[in-house]
Amino acid sequence: MDENDKKRVGSRINKVEPAWSRRRLLVEAGITTATAAAVGAVGYWGYSSEAVRHAPQPILTLKDFRVAANTLYPSLVVVRGDAVAKMVAEALTLLGGMQRFIQRGDRVLLKPNVGWDRQPEQAANTNPEVVAAVAHLCREAGAAQVWVTDCSINDPQRSFVRSGIELAAQQAGATVKLPASNDFYLTNMHGSLLKNWPVARFFHQVDKVINLPVVKHHSLSGCTVAMKNWYGVLGGQRNRLHQDIHTSIVDLAAALRPTLTIVDATRVLKRNGPSGGSLDDVALENTLVAGLDEVALDAWALPLLELTVTQVPYLAMAEARGLGTANWRSLHWLERQLGSG
Amino acid sequence: MLPNLRAIRRLYAGFFLVLFLLLLWLADFSHLQGYEVSLFLELDPLTALAGGLTSATLYRGLALSLLIIILTLFLGRFFCSWVCPLGIINQITSHLFTRRRPAEEYRRNRYQPIFRIKYYLLTALLVMAALGVLQIGLLDPIALITRSFVVGIWPALQQGGAGFYLSQPYFIGGVLIALILLAILVANRFMTRYWCRVLCPLGALLGLLSWRPLLRIRRDVDKCNDCHKCLQFCQGGCDPDGALRVSECHVCMNCIEQCPDGALHYGLAQPRSSIHQPLDVNRRRLLESGVVAMAFVPLLRSSYSSAASPHPAVIRPPGSLPELDFLARCIKCAACMRVCPTNVLQPALLEGGLEALWTPILVNRLGYCEHHCVLCGHVCPTGAIRPLTVAAKVGTTNPSEPIKLGTAFFDHGRCLPWAMHTPCIVCEEVCPTAPKAIWYQKTTITGRDGQPISLKQPYVEPARCIGCGICENKCPVSDMAAIRVTSVGESRSTKNVMILRSP
Repeated sequence: MDENDKKRVGSRINKVEPAWSRRRLLVEAGITTATAAAVGAVGYWGYSSEAVRHAPQPILTLKDFRVAANTLYPSLVVVRGDAVAKMVAEALTLLGGMQRFIQRGDRVLLKPNVGWDRQPEQAANTNPEVVAAVAHLCREAGAAQVWVTDCSINDPQRSFVRSGIELAAQQAGATVKLPASNDFYLTNMHGSLLKNWPVARFFHQVDKVINLPVVKHHSLSGCTVAMKNWYGVLGGQRNRLHQDIHTSIVDLAAALRPTLTIVDATRVLKRNGPSGGSLDDVALENTLVAGLDEVALDAWALPLLELTVTQVPYLAMAEARGLGTANWRSLHWLERQLGSG
Repeated sequence: MLPNLRAIRRLYAGFFLVLFLLLLWLADFSHLQGYEVSLFLELDPLTALAGGLTSATLYRGLALSLLIIILTLFLGRFFCSWVCPLGIINQITSHLFTRRRPAEEYRRNRYQPIFRIKYYLLTALLVMAALGVLQIGLLDPIALITRSFVVGIWPALQQGGAGFYLSQPYFIGGVLIALILLAILVANRFMTRYWCRVLCPLGALLGLLSWRPLLRIRRDVDKCNDCHKCLQFCQGGCDPDGALRVSECHVCMNCIEQCPDGALHYGLAQPRSSIHQPLDVNRRRLLESGVVAMAFVPLLRSSYSSAASPHPAVIRPPGSLPELDFLARCIKCAACMRVCPTNVLQPALLEGGLEALWTPILVNRLGYCEHHCVLCGHVCPTGAIRPLTVAAKVGTTNPSEPIKLGTAFFDHGRCLPWAMHTPCIVCEEVCPTAPKAIWYQKTTITGRDGQPISLKQPYVEPARCIGCGICENKCPVSDMAAIRVTSVGESRSTKNVMILRSP
């Protein structure tokens, strides 16, 4: 029979597996079993009755930045004059010197009001000269670092540049910290209204905080001075706070107790606050007030805006909360006039 | 020794690519110091020509494009491989993608009739421009790459932690715009510089301008032994091994450096230089492209656009021209969106019609127009947004006429003091005009439990409202604000009006 005529049997692809030894069988079975066990383990450890697993988010609490009271010194000082740096220095001298508040090596955070893309003359932000003078004194007292921050309402870069505060701070040896969107830590404010809110991380990273508010008219709260200035520590949807602005202000002032507060009343925005814009609404008052009691400082500023304590409910609420006294004359206070006035 | 022309070209390409990225990075409030950040858009002859056809002007910085035109007349289409950021990026990606055998590259880098498409696209776009419709920005490479970077790549880099911005910018449809750039880059996988050879209308225009450049790549027919090695890295696909197609040649110099016999040089013709081939287009196809474009214009213009009738959401940046002129000038380059500090400027989808696709509009939930900011008009290369002074914008120079972008309206069904008896007036607080355009009335109403509630209920004074949108942006009703700006009352329009009496 011819080779070509023989019917072909079997596959043309005819390489065959070698026979498995017992060892081979055990190894193969072992590998497959281990893989199956790994699948089971993933199921065991991964099983959850919740659809999403989040890493637990730490919730911080702000520390108390105050220094020990000292009855040798007044709690509120008023300095009038026209040379801002000298006025700041005089206020600090009366209060016992910056050394009383700042220890060598401290990291200090200054919180001016830099809410708006406005120029210094428009008085919507803290006077940059005040920021510079305070930063300078902090450095002199041995502060290792001086930071300046605020959570602006307008574009932060524009607000810091056009308010003059960025340049003033840098020239005085301070660092401007603009909070980016990921610069906020969830913080328990322990308030009656405010619970957990995102707070700019810088407030958790410093030893001392100095509040540098400006006196302005505010259409909802009546005025914005020292206590209202703490709006600027918050991120998140803080525009909701207006729905109960007085409780919000008191909660904020209770959560953040600064080392020192210096109120800028060199220029005062009397109407169309808090953003202003027109120079017609600005009055020159050439005054600084410094102290340790924010309620008293806010109360002191009311006559500048033709307000009384009863027209500003948050002051009585703050008194009831034990944050200070609206009767600032009951405190040990001093007033100084520098220059001709 | 002769200078290595390829190395020189690479130095220039590197310089211009870095310059492009640098100027784009500098174009924000914290870095801007009066740099010519729109330089590349202004060097672009296609922008100048198409805008010239729609508006009969050569606007300001666009005069710089004359430099490129004149140089191209002498030097050939050098722009594509030496200056154009999209061309340079295409070249780099082509280089990364193509790792084939030399013989394969010789075959693939030959001229192909498909390269003619760009001339037909150019014809269609210029015919439309001559009839008043400016759509050049869709395909102009400089506008395209600027838009892709501003709206897509840079925000994505920020997402990756680049720190270009203080807070993450978001752009509507940014991913789509970035994907178009990505597709252009991936196309290099299939043909070296696919975009530049086949589609780029600016390349076509520069190809036309290099109809008879003095300096060209020349081949000495005696020295050449037809090895075709010059084709291996040819960027333009311009057949340097035969009769060079000058209008396709990017003057990349690769052929000169590849030639083993020194048969190629760049310069004037020598006694034994080869002939060159003229522009290869099909006249019939060219005519068809023009006719189709002519037919498309009435189709587009009879379809709704914001130029036909105002659209409430088409709120243009401060200083923008009236809508018809605006659409005749805007090349959708997104330079304005790059400098905008609040992220309010967004590439429009179809709000203003197909013609207005990717033109800038204000979306006040994402940002608002910063009262004292005028940056957008100062970077606009075509003058679709006029450069304003701050005084002109806010109305210091002419108090009765600040620039108005639109008007804010309260939605009483959503406003907290109006609908929910809850104090708020954030809108009044943030209103930047002096006196404020938003004002309030103190009222006392009776609540559900019969107790009196004192409230400040806000109103808009339309004559004072400038439509900046900060009220809408800061309104605590987070999803859809209780006060919203629409375009009515915008200064630039004489028909999008509402109030008879001015203040």
